Amino acid sequence: MLKELLRSLKASMGIYEARDGSIYGLLAEFSDPAALLHAARQVRKAGYRHFDAHSPFPIHGMDEAMGLGNSKVAFITFFTGTIAGFALAWWMQWWMGAVDYPLNISGKPFFALPPSVPIIFELTILFSALAGVATMLALNGLPRPYNPLFYSKNFARVTDDGFFLFVAASDPKFDPTATRQLLEQLGGYNIEVIEDRGEEDVTPATAPAAEAAVTTS
Amino acid sequence: MAHATKDLSALARTDEEVLVRGGLTFHDITELVAQHTEKKTPKAWWAAFSVAFLGMLTLVAMLAYQVWNGVGVWGNNIPVGWGWPIVNFVFWVGIGHAGTLISAILFLFRQRWRTSINRAAEAMTIFAVICALIFPTFHVGRVWVIYWTLPIPNQMEMWPQFKSPLLWDVFAVSSYFIVSLVFWYVGLIPDLATLRDRAALMGRRLRARILGFFALGWCGANRHWRNYEKVYMLLAGLATPLVLSVHSVVSFDFAVSIIPGWHTTIFPPYFVAGAIFSGFAMVVTLMVIARKAYGLENVITIDHLEKMNIIMLVTGTMVGFAYITEFFIAWYSGVPYEQYAFINRATGPYAWAYWTMMSCNLIFPQFFWIKKLRRNIPFMFIASIVVNIGMWFERFVITITSLHRDYLPSSWDYFVPTWVDVLTLIGSFGLFFTLFLLFLRFVPMVAIAEVKGVLPEADPHFYETHGDGHGRPAEVQVNRGRSS
Repeated sequence: MLKELLRSLKASMGIYEARDGSIYGLLAEFSDPAALLHAARQVRKAGYRHFDAHSPFPIHGMDEAMGLGNSKVAFITFFTGTIAGFALAWWMQWWMGAVDYPLNISGKPFFALPPSVPIIFELTILFSALAGVATMLALNGLPRPYNPLFYSKNFARVTDDGFFLFVAASDPKFDPTATRQLLEQLGGYNIEVIEDRGEEDVTPATAPAAEAAVTTS
Repeated sequence: MAHATKDLSALARTDEEVLVRGGLTFHDITELVAQHTEKKTPKAWWAAFSVAFLGMLTLVAMLAYQVWNGVGVWGNNIPVGWGWPIVNFVFWVGIGHAGTLISAILFLFRQRWRTSINRAAEAMTIFAVICALIFPTFHVGRVWVIYWTLPIPNQMEMWPQFKSPLLWDVFAVSSYFIVSLVFWYVGLIPDLATLRDRAALMGRRLRARILGFFALGWCGANRHWRNYEKVYMLLAGLATPLVLSVHSVVSFDFAVSIIPGWHTTIFPPYFVAGAIFSGFAMVVTLMVIARKAYGLENVITIDHLEKMNIIMLVTGTMVGFAYITEFFIAWYSGVPYEQYAFINRATGPYAWAYWTMMSCNLIFPQFFWIKKLRRNIPFMFIASIVVNIGMWFERFVITITSLHRDYLPSSWDYFVPTWVDVLTLIGSFGLFFTLFLLFLRFVPMVAIAEVKGVLPEADPHFYETHGDGHGRPAEVQVNRGRSS
C-alpha cells in the first residue's frame, strides 16, 4: 500500500520504478509538437498514466492533454517561503532591535512598523524565491543524475529538436507489444525499449558518424 | 468548422511580428547559440579578455591600496563624505536593473521579444550588482568587519541597527543579487542540458559531466516543464516588485537624510526610472557588439534593438521630467536651503556636471523619436554610451553637489577625485567585462529553449494550417514521418 503510494508519487516526478525485470519503458519519437500533443492525448485516453512527453520547450496545451492539473508550486511556495520570510523578518527586527539589544537612536522607538517595512519586504521575496525553486526541484525529482532515458542516444536530441513520448513500464497497462503498437499507430517512430541497467555513467558512447560530423564542421 | 479555425488562426498570425528572422529551425537555433561555447576560443575573445582582465587587476590593486592606507586615498573630504564610491555604487546597481526588467516585467507583460535578450541582460544584472557591492563594502573603511552588517550571532552580543537605511541597502541589494542569480540559473537549466547532450554526442565526456552536474538531470519532461514554468512565472512575479524596491531603497539612503536636494519624496520613482534607463543603455551597448561578433543578427534583430531604444526614450523622458520637477518643487517648497541647492547645481561650481547630465539624459534620447535613428546601429551605440555617461553624472550630481554645500557655509568645500578614485572606477569596468566575457564564452548567451518557444512552429496549432501543406488538422495527420 505504502509502496504503491510511493511509486505513484515518484511517477508524478517522472521517476518510474519498473515492476519486473530491467525494462524501464518505451520511447517513441514524433515529428513535431502537434503530433506529440495528439499522441499524448491518445495515450492518456487509452488509459495510461505513467507516461511523459519530452520536448525542447514547453508545449502549449500539453498539461491538459496529459491530464495533469495545475502545478502545486505556487501553493507550496506561499505556505512555506512567503509566510516564513515575512514572519522571520518581522520577528527578527522586533526581537533584535527591541528585546535583545535595544538602542536609543535619537529617541526613535525600539520597534516600529514603518522602518521595518523594507527588510520585511526584501526577506519575504528572498525566502519566497528560494522556496519556490526548492519546491520546483523537489516536485520534479531534481537533481537526478541517473536517468535510464539517457541510455538512448536518440534521446539526446530532446534538448535540441526532438519530440518524444515515453511510456513507463511501471504503468499497470504497460505491455511491450500492445504499447509499441499504440505508439506506432499514433505516428511514433524510432521506437526504443529503454532498459534500467543501473550503471553509473549513462552518457551515450560516441557514434562514429556524430564524431565525424563534429570534426568536419 | 475546420475552415473557420484555419481562417481565424491565419488572421491572428498576420499582426504577429517576426521575432526570429532567417527562417531558422529549432536545430538551427541550438546550433547557432551553442556552437559559441563549444568551438575553440577566438583570438578576438582573448584580446578583449586580456584588456578586461588587466582592468580587473587594477581594481584589485586599488582596493588593496585602499585597505592598506585607509579611505583617505580617495578624494572624499568633509563635507563630501560620500564621494565616488557611492556614485559608482548607485550607478552599477542601476545598470543591473534592465536585466531584471527584461526578464521579469516583460515576461509578466507577455512581451515575447524579450526571449532573445533576457539571458545576456540577466547576466549583466548579476555582474553589475557584483561591481556595485564592492563600493559600499570598501567604503565602510574597515572592510574586514563588513559582516557586522549582517544579523549573525556573535560574541559581542550586538545586532545591526535596523532603523538605518544603509542596513536596508544591505538586505535589498543582497536579496536582489541572490534572487537574480537564482532566476538566471533556473532559466539556464534547460540550456545547460542542451549543451550537456551535445557534449555527450561529441564524446567530450568531462565537459558532459560538468554540464550534467549543473543541468541537474534535466530531460525536457512535460511533468517538469509544468512546475518549471510555474516557478519561472513566480520568480518573475517576485522579481518585479523586488527590482522596483531595490532602487527605491537605494534612494532612501539619500531621501531619509535631511541634506537639501536629497530629502525628497520623488527619489524612489525617479531612481527606478533612471536605473531602467541606464540599464537598457548598457544592454544596447553590449548587444550591438555581441550580436555582431557572434553572428546572432537573426535572433537579436533590429526590431529588438529598436524596442530597447523606445524604452530608453520613454525612461529618459521620465528622468528628464523628474529633473524639472525637482527644480519646481525646490522653488515651490519655499525653503531657501532647498532653492539654493538647486540653483547651485545649475550655476555653481559643478554646473559642468549638471549640464552634462542634462544634455546626455534629457536631450540626447529625444533623437529616438526619429524612427531612422532608432534603427541606426552606429547611432544607437553612441547614444547608449552617452546615456551611460549621463547617468553616471546624474549620480555624481546628486551625491556631490548636495553634500559640498550644506547648511553651513563655513564647512563648504570642493570635491576632487584622486587617481585612486579614477582607477577604481575603471577597474570596476574591468571586473564587469571580465565576468561578461567569461559568460559569453561558457554559457549560452541566448535563452535557447525560450527562443524556440516563440517560433511559430512551437505552437501545435501551427500544424493545423501548415502541417502537411493541405490544411488538414493534426488529428488526421498521424503516421507522418520526419521526411515529410
